[in-house]
Order: sequence, then structure tokens, then C-alpha cells
Amino acid sequence: MGTNLDIKVHHLTRVEGHGDIVVNMRDGVLEKARLEIVEAPRYFEAMLKGRNFHEAAIITSRICGICSLGHQMTSFKATEQALGLEVSEQTVLLRKLLVHGATIQSNVLHALFLAAPDFLKVGSVFPLVGTHPEVVLAALRMKRLANDIGEVVSGRAVHPISCVPGGFTQLPSAKSLAVLRERLEKQMLPDLVFAADVVATLAGEIPDFRRETEFISLRSDDDYALYDGDICSTDTGRVPDREYRRMSNEFVVPHSTSKHCKVNRSSYMVGALARWNNNHDRLCPEALGVAAKLGLKPDCHNPFMNTVAQVVESVHCCLDAMAILDRLLAAGIRDEVPNQDPTRHGTGIGATEVPRGILYHEYTYDRQGRITAANCIIPTGQNLANIDDDMVKLVPEVVDRGEAAIAHLLEMLVRAYDPCISCSVHMLDVKFTR
Amino acid sequence: MANKPRVGIFDFTGCEGCELNQLNFEDQLLDILEHVEIVEWREAMDGRSEELDIAFVEGALSTPDCIKRIHEIRRKTKVLVALGACAVQGGINALKNIRPIEQVREEVYGQDKYLFPTLPALPLSAVVKVDVNVRGCPMTQLEFLKVFTALVMGKAPIEPGNSVCTECKLKDNECVYEKGMICLGPVTRAGCDAQCPTFGQYCTGCRGLVPEPNVEAMQEILVAHGLSMDDARKKLQLFNANQLEGVS
Ligand code: SF4
Ligand code: SF4
Repeated sequence: MGTNLDIKVHHLTRVEGHGDIVVNMRDGVLEKARLEIVEAPRYFEAMLKGRNFHEAAIITSRICGICSLGHQMTSFKATEQALGLEVSEQTVLLRKLLVHGATIQSNVLHALFLAAPDFLKVGSVFPLVGTHPEVVLAALRMKRLANDIGEVVSGRAVHPISCVPGGFTQLPSAKSLAVLRERLEKQMLPDLVFAADVVATLAGEIPDFRRETEFISLRSDDDYALYDGDICSTDTGRVPDREYRRMSNEFVVPHSTSKHCKVNRSSYMVGALARWNNNHDRLCPEALGVAAKLGLKPDCHNPFMNTVAQVVESVHCCLDAMAILDRLLAAGIRDEVPNQDPTRHGTGIGATEVPRGILYHEYTYDRQGRITAANCIIPTGQNLANIDDDMVKLVPEVVDRGEAAIAHLLEMLVRAYDPCISCSVHMLDVKFTR
Repeated sequence: MANKPRVGIFDFTGCEGCELNQLNFEDQLLDILEHVEIVEWREAMDGRSEELDIAFVEGALSTPDCIKRIHEIRRKTKVLVALGACAVQGGINALKNIRPIEQVREEVYGQDKYLFPTLPALPLSAVVKVDVNVRGCPMTQLEFLKVFTALVMGKAPIEPGNSVCTECKLKDNECVYEKGMICLGPVTRAGCDAQCPTFGQYCTGCRGLVPEPNVEAMQEILVAHGLSMDDARKKLQLFNANQLEGVS
């Protein structure tokens, strides 16, 4: 007789949003192994319809607090393209700085608060306060500083205030930027190196699993693409961002309030590991050194290594943030007002790498600058089919370990993707008809 | 301390930004943990609990399952705190309430529209008794700390009733109307220290309307500053659709 399995993890913990893991095996035959998304849909398109361009980012940033900066950036880029709003080089640099801050904040939160407890075999970060205080304190310091970048440059780390379409309503002082520069070098960098050392000691706990899949991320000629770039697939190479619909292909499945995606295979992966596989040659030497230390190699097909890729790119983000600050400080902060005078109307697309992967926003505006159509494709939605495919391969490989151990491993798998379920169910794909 | 208050943190329909803001107290987090015992928090830990002294609840109620869960939480909790605009007013989610629900569902899921049940997005207070409100989108950390301290000391927190303008003037900000922008500060509840105008941005009304707001006068001001009647109403609806349009 073959094995029977009945696993249901209801409202998975330590992930953002609500999802259940469901596995059924009858007589050794796997009937079902998947992540069911049960988060309440929020119907963002109903909120966007007819709204003025000033409000697009205010609304879409509420799709997800953790990714709010990423949604804002992507939203601005789409709006600016649609309405023909040029932005200054200073604006782009400040935005890139914000993206680095948000990436570090999110990666550190995930690696040390949400994923590390699995490797240390505890249920949350709270017991670590007693057993590993230096790790918790370093993580808190890094999070603080990453959030401070958001606060100094945009007023608030969750739902930033002063960045708007066309620029900033208020600019940070050179003095406050110089302080950030100093703290990044003196505090953040050593803390990140320390975090990498901690992760290195846990590397043996990272499950050994491999499933070949397609990886999609942005790629650009001159940097490790986060704010801007072409869409790049490990299967088929680079295409411009206007082809994003072909590069994501959404479809509805009954077991998930979030739509699924596929391109060249039955599934693909986005996020830090996809960025690593596509863009490791664009990382600074220090980040590559950390990758070597952590055993992260190019063409890595182990999704559990996503957490490691997050740590590696955080080192790069910190050093690049310092370089950006040097440029801003050398040029001096120019007093500018946001450019909010549309020169045309129509459709615009924004593609940005947010911590969990590639994010697309597309808006169409009418002559009055009001939204008539919106589409928004979220990283976690793109990863869902890949997670299901991983489960289908992983479960038979570990079937002898018993239900509890399998359930735990599957939870770790889902967490490794750092899923953002709130985001994933708030997809917009609408043509408004009056 | 033998009997630290037992605290649970819960989320419904929202962006989890308010919850995230609780993890963002890097400087105070360890102190906070000294004074309470967090026994249930799905986003950060494993485990469930049967009895709670304080429940912090984020998000609006928008599915049958939400309604069931909020009842369970209310039943086991002494003090229920609504965290953020979604929980207090329905927040940005309530924008969907002002359009026919059938149309809304069809736009997102097409012919699969009946796969997932949905209700109008309601504030917690539409379904259960709420003891304390912490407003804002996201809730401000300063206010959360005040409320938290009061509750741990067994006192009733005070909810501000004045407008954002009063705080803004105290800070000597340049009024954004002077820069040709519009602002909802005059009808929005204070408590955020006029955070947005302080960063040169207009107040979007995320903290909810002041008690007895003069909505008509506000709308006239917006129209006098170049908005159409329709756009003025839309601006006001952003975080307050339920209150303005009487959905809950
Ligand atoms: S009130 Fe704002 S920040 Fe809080 S959960 Fe709702 S949308 Fe997110
Ligand atoms: S900026 Fe807004 S909140 Fe401040 S005084 Fe002017 S209207 Fe009031």
C-alpha cells in the first residue's frame, strides 16, 4: 500500500497575507499539492476608476504596506509615461535611493525575522531576543536605518508622503543626506556583513532541492536593475517593458483569489533569486564576495536560496546607496518643484523590481488626467504557479518524513519566496465601460 | 511581572501597513515586549490563543469569513483596538462600496466572478463593539505608542477631535493652499501632527472626518480652488466613502 497524506496548513504564519497549504496523497499518488490563496480580494480597479493622476499612487500604494514604495515608484513611472511628464536626474537618483532603502528593509525583515526562525527551529523571532540578542539587535538597527532612508527622503517608510508624480513635494537637506551616508558606511555595512556571517552558519539548514524553471527580472546595461530596465528571461532573453503582458500571461484558477502566471513553461520565478540569476554580473565585488561565502552560484535552481540572494543583494544596495548619496552631495540638492503639467494623455507602463520581484503597472488616462483603465501585475501572483510546481516535485521526494515534517518543509518553501499575499490578490485588469 | 497583558494582533482586509508599522518600532520594540506578552500574531509568529486582554485589529471586514473571525476575536478579548483607516472607517477599501458590487466583481474576475464571496468593506464597528480607535493610513507610531502606554497602565486613551489644520498651524507650516494645492486638513481629525502638510503634501483625509464636519463648506473650498464638483466629492471620498455615502 502506498502512502496517504492529508496536510492542511490553515492561514500560514510568518507570511504577509492569508494563504493555506493543501496536500493530498492517496496510495502514493499525489492528488493535490498547492498553495491556496484565501486573502479577501480588494477590487482596486473599482477604487481607481475615474481618479485623478495625483491619486493613482496614493491608492495603489495601499495594495500593500510592505511594498508601498515599490507600488508608488512603478505607479509614477506609468503615470509619467502616459502623461508625458519628464523628471529630473535628481528625482531619479532620490528614487533609486528610496528603492535601495526599501529593498534592504524588506530583505532584512524577511531573512532575519520571518525566515531565520525556521533555521533556528523556533516559531518566531521573539525567542531569539533571548537566545540570539546580537542578531536581533543588528536586524533592528538595519531596519531602522533602512526606514530612516524612507523617512528622510520621503517623510514616511510605509506609504511615503513627499514623492509624487513628477518629483518631490519637499526635498531632503544635504545635511540629512550626509548623515545617512555616514550611517550606511559605519553601521549598515558592518551589520550586513555580520548578518551574512550568521546566515553562513545556518547554510547547512537550507534544504537541498532543485527544480529547473524560468527566471524573469529586469535587466539593464549599466546597473543591477531595480528601478528601471528591460524584461529579461533566463529562457528567452531581453524584451522591452511594453511586452509585459506577453511576459506574464495571467489566468484565473479556482483555488486562489490571486491570478496565476506563466510564460515559456508551466511556471516561472521572480524575486531576488531571479535577479541573481539574470544580473549577478552587475553586482559589486563586495556582494559577490558575500555570495561566494554563502555558496550562492549563478544558475541556482533551488528556491530555498532566495533568502540567501536577498542578503547578497542587500550588500549591493547598501554600497550603491552610498555611491548615489556621494553623487547627490557632490552636485548639491537643487530646489525643484514636481513637474505635474501633462503634455499628452494615453497609456503608460511602469516596470520596477520590488523586493519580491518584477512589478508592472499600466494606466490609461483621458484628456482630464483621469484613469480609464488600469492593470497591475504583482510579483507574488507571478510566483504562485512556480510554488505549486515546486510542491508537486518536493512532496514525493520527502514523502517518508511524515506529515508534520512535510508540512513544515512546505511552509519553509512558501516562506522562502517571501510571498506578499495582500499584493497578489489585488490585481487589476480592467477595461472600464461607462 | 506575573500578569503581563496578553496581546493578540490580527489582520483583515488591508495592506498590513499598520501591522508593519508595529514592527518598525525598532527602538521601542524590545521595551514593548517587556510590558506585554504577544500570544497571537500570524504575520510574525506561529500559534493561536484562547483569551486576550488586548486585541489590535487591522483591516476592514469584506468577506463572510471576516465577519465570523471578528466575532471570535471579540468574544475572547477584553479591549478591542481598531488599527488604522481600514479598521476604523473601512478606509480605502470602501471606495468599492460606492459602485455596484456586481460590476466590481465582473471587472476583476470576469466570468469567474462568483468564485470568491465578497461584501461591502465595513469598519469593525459596523459588526462588533470597538473600544479604542487608532487612526491613520498607516496609523502613526506616535499615536500607537500613546494608546499602547495608556492601555498597559489601565487608562482610557484620549481620541483627538480637532482638525489637522490646528496641528498644522501649531507647527508653523506653510499652508499648501498657498502653493496652489488643495488640502482636506480642515475636515480631517488631528493626531498625526500634520504629517503630510509638513512634507509639502496635501492632507488626504486618511484619519477620518472630524465630529460634525462641514462637508458642504469643504466642498465649496475645493471648487473655489479649481476642482469640479465631482472631483471635489471624489477627493473627500478617498478614505471616507462609507461615512460620506452612508454605506455603514
Ligand atoms: S489603514 Fe492604510 S496602512 Fe493601515 S492597513 Fe489600511 S491601507 Fe494599510
Ligand atoms: S496645509 Fe492643510 S492642514 Fe495645513 S493648514 Fe493648510 S489646509 Fe490645514
